[in-house]
Amino acid sequence: MAEKKVNPFIEPLNKNNPIAMQILGICSALAVTVEMKPAIIMGLSVTIIVALANVVISLIRNTIPNSVRIIVQLVVVAALVTVVSEFLKAFVYDVSVQLSVYIGLIITNCILMGRLEAYAMQNKPWDSFLDGLGNGCGYAIILIIVSFFRELLGSGSLLGCKIIPENWFVDNGGCYMNNGLMMMPSMALILVACVIWVHRSINKDIE
Amino acid sequence: MNTSKNSYVIIYMIVIVVIVSLLLSITSGVLHSRQADNVRLDTKKQILMSLSTFGNDQENKIYTDDNAAASYEQFITGYQMLDAEGNVVDTLRPVEDFDVKANEGEYPLYIAEIDGAKKYIIPLKGAGLWGAIRAYLALDEDRNTIYGVYFGHDGETPGLGANIVLPRFRAQFVGKHILRDGVLASIAVEKKGNTAEGKDQVDAVSGGTITSKGVEAMFLSSLKNYEKWLTVPTEVTDTLLNGILSDLAVGDSAAVETTDVELNEGGNK
Repeated sequence: MAEKKVNPFIEPLNKNNPIAMQILGICSALAVTVEMKPAIIMGLSVTIIVALANVVISLIRNTIPNSVRIIVQLVVVAALVTVVSEFLKAFVYDVSVQLSVYIGLIITNCILMGRLEAYAMQNKPWDSFLDGLGNGCGYAIILIIVSFFRELLGSGSLLGCKIIPENWFVDNGGCYMNNGLMMMPSMALILVACVIWVHRSINKDIE
Repeated sequence: MNTSKNSYVIIYMIVIVVIVSLLLSITSGVLHSRQADNVRLDTKKQILMSLSTFGNDQENKIYTDDNAAASYEQFITGYQMLDAEGNVVDTLRPVEDFDVKANEGEYPLYIAEIDGAKKYIIPLKGAGLWGAIRAYLALDEDRNTIYGVYFGHDGETPGLGANIVLPRFRAQFVGKHILRDGVLASIAVEKKGNTAEGKDQVDAVSGGTITSKGVEAMFLSSLKNYEKWLTVPTEVTDTLLNGILSDLAVGDSAAVETTDVELNEGGNK
């Protein structure tokens, strides 16, 4: 019994990772991974929203008419995101300024719809909650890995702090240059592909 | 329960939509005044940020700390509306009239006082790559030398265009001149190594070409509105303004008219 409850949280962290395995939420993985800070904030927000939305949908899953289920899911997600964003604006204005466009991006994140449709529509609220947390964290981990490399190699910093010493740079007489390609969305795709490659070489048992 | 019947679907959707809209309107209604306060405080912070000179950390803290409202009251001494001719059309109180917005053809101007020296703060608006960008530009009393600048944006690319908000970009503007030979030249934002003709320049943010060009365009287009006011020789305006004020006090309308004409001429020189 206990093991069954742990599963929905642990599974998406590794074996059934939303990005590496289900290939969901790639769009935002490209958009917000130039620096680590927005990547962490985005990962956190998605985790919270996907967990809450999973619970709400799971609670009303038996009443939702099959023909309009996607619309109902979308309404629930959009309402939750809007309420959270209003609260952020009222109580932690700085954070809401930081999030700016990302909060809107959450609504369109494929992971949300994917989890609601694939999990919350069939499972109990508590399991759905764990599934939401797990998928959110699984998504956040990949975002953080990708943004780590992009920020380090693209801007020579991590979380906004300079890591590469200034006097290494060509401008200051050194022999090092930031890799401009790291700043481009295409590099995020390549890095995501590398992550998936490593992930599959480790987990030989998955397809 | 048959959940696929049309009547059920319609009633279900109506109920869902009503619940959600009620929830959203209640949230928005309850939180609105708090949000408005936050926005007001944030605007005050942005105005004060334009006065930070990047000299030392302590100095910068005055303007960015949580006491923005108090700092604003302390440093910002005037809030005026100018018209396109550079005349003051409305003098407002900086704190009480903070919410007053500029009408069509009016351009707001904040006046700050730092260690006894007068600074003018001009709000600038423009477009970056993804959305709006804005700035508060603080000028010395000569209406020419840049004292400091603050940049804000709605959604420029993090790590690239969004770097216009960083001190290392903003600090470049300090001490630059927006006038050349008494004519508005604005500031050029150029790629490192390029030189702009006839105006002062700063280095663009790397990887943020369109945002940098947006900053340059914003300076030129927004400052155009203030051109007359910027190019009026300062002493002249001040003495003339004082003249107008004392004339008004006396109530001599003829005198006001003549000084008005003189003021315009001064502005066109």
